[in-house]
Amino acid sequence: MDISLVNISHSYDDFEVMRNINLEISDGEIVCIVGPSGCGKSTLLRFIGGLERPSKGQVVQIGNPPEGCLNPLTFIFQDFALLPWRSVSGNISLVLEDHGIRGAAAEKIIDDVLSRTKLSDFATALPKQLSGGMKQRVAIARALAVNPAVMLMDEPLSALDSQTRELLMDDLVALWTRKPFTAVYVTHNLAEAVRLGHKIVVLSRRPGEIRQIVNIDKPLSDRQFGDSDLERQQKRLWQLMRDEARAADAELLNV
Amino acid sequence: MSKIETPETNAGESVKFRGGGFAPKPQRWVGVLVFIALILIAEWGTQSGWISALTLPKPTDVLETFHELYESGLLFQHLGPSLSRLLVGATIGALIGISVGVLIGLFSYIRSGLVPLVAAIFPIPKIALLPLFVIWFGIGEGSKYALIAFGTFTPTVVATYGAVDNVDRTLIRMGQSFGLSWWSIVYKIVLPGAMPGILSGLRISLAIAIILLVAAEMLGAEYGIGAYILEAGSLYDLERLFAGVVILSLLGVIMSAIIGLAERHLLGWRV
Repeated sequence: MDISLVNISHSYDDFEVMRNINLEISDGEIVCIVGPSGCGKSTLLRFIGGLERPSKGQVVQIGNPPEGCLNPLTFIFQDFALLPWRSVSGNISLVLEDHGIRGAAAEKIIDDVLSRTKLSDFATALPKQLSGGMKQRVAIARALAVNPAVMLMDEPLSALDSQTRELLMDDLVALWTRKPFTAVYVTHNLAEAVRLGHKIVVLSRRPGEIRQIVNIDKPLSDRQFGDSDLERQQKRLWQLMRDEARAADAELLNV
Repeated sequence: MSKIETPETNAGESVKFRGGGFAPKPQRWVGVLVFIALILIAEWGTQSGWISALTLPKPTDVLETFHELYESGLLFQHLGPSLSRLLVGATIGALIGISVGVLIGLFSYIRSGLVPLVAAIFPIPKIALLPLFVIWFGIGEGSKYALIAFGTFTPTVVATYGAVDNVDRTLIRMGQSFGLSWWSIVYKIVLPGAMPGILSGLRISLAIAIILLVAAEMLGAEYGIGAYILEAGSLYDLERLFAGVVILSLLGVIMSAIIGLAERHLLGWRV
């Protein structure tokens, strides 16, 4: 299933936040969206997932979601959004219950996604017992449980420390290598973008427009922490963004 | 080669500790000790005579009265109707209160329509409305249930919609993003998320329910703790008055303990 953003513009009252965004997200690729703070990256992601409506333009699904897909557009949030009163497996069964999947069928899916995210030993733990990295892995397991067509990741690693972030990036790469998934990955961290993105979309500061789309052809599994060609890409991206980021930082907030 | 400096050889002064505090921890038995101390002082004062018999009854006499009350079977004759009034009234009030509170928390029109109304009826002393309830629901059990229910309702509503307002919106967005139905979001995300606030609201509502129970029973009840206290009060029978008051206090403590238990059971997930 492909996603196409057509002429998306958005403004709050007369405050323009996004202008004329056109973007294709094709099956099996990870599209990273980077940009200075306040450029509307996360808002764009919520448009794609149908949690918010743009004032102009539309998001189009092309083709049908794969078979067995319960929730085609599935989010992974920055702050994990786990129900604190449910155990790890309870949090995953939450998104299955509404589809009538209970009992043994649910257990099978839960066991599968927990083993894919290396969480099998923690099925009965409560979120408060888990570290940040583990919580995000639970959220990833929950997303995998509904067999999404597109994963919408909203700064998924931003709440984690840098070591955990490296570990989770490796996990994401391993997950993708085993079974390629489509994802839109919003981040302000350029290192994450060059490690995980097949395509990196650079947004300008407010009103957000697409400044450039950078393709990285190196296969995900060959990318390593500190690769010199990735660092070069990252440097180039940063040069693209630096002035914008500085200007965005100096802006007054009137939201 | 490393040199280990000992405090003696160190010319400096150790840094003064200025952190800590501001974090009260539960101390078991201290509460019980306060009760015992107060009762002992009262006993000693009334025995030795510096507290006159008209000021305060002797705690041992109150205990004796309590014992008589129990022996004669009158205790349960009073306690039975009181407990059933409390149970029925408070349950009705709390259930309607929680439902209305959740509706106020979820729907704009209900919120705009009912919040001013709740603010208007909250400060009315419900006891003042007792005659009205007697006319509406009769002198029997109906008016007593209604008074207790009404008194429990308002604080429960306010606590509940406040608690619903405080439910983490990202959790609700998460539910929507996974395509959960409206009912599932309310039942599995909003209600459990609001539970801490609802339970602490119930603590207040149930205490108010006990106060109103006594008020209701002071008017037209043959049996009940309130009737018992009223009778003792009009005869200036301080021992019996205090026996009744002790029963009410015990009821309050038991209620609070039950809610504490519910909190521990339902809110174990809290950090």
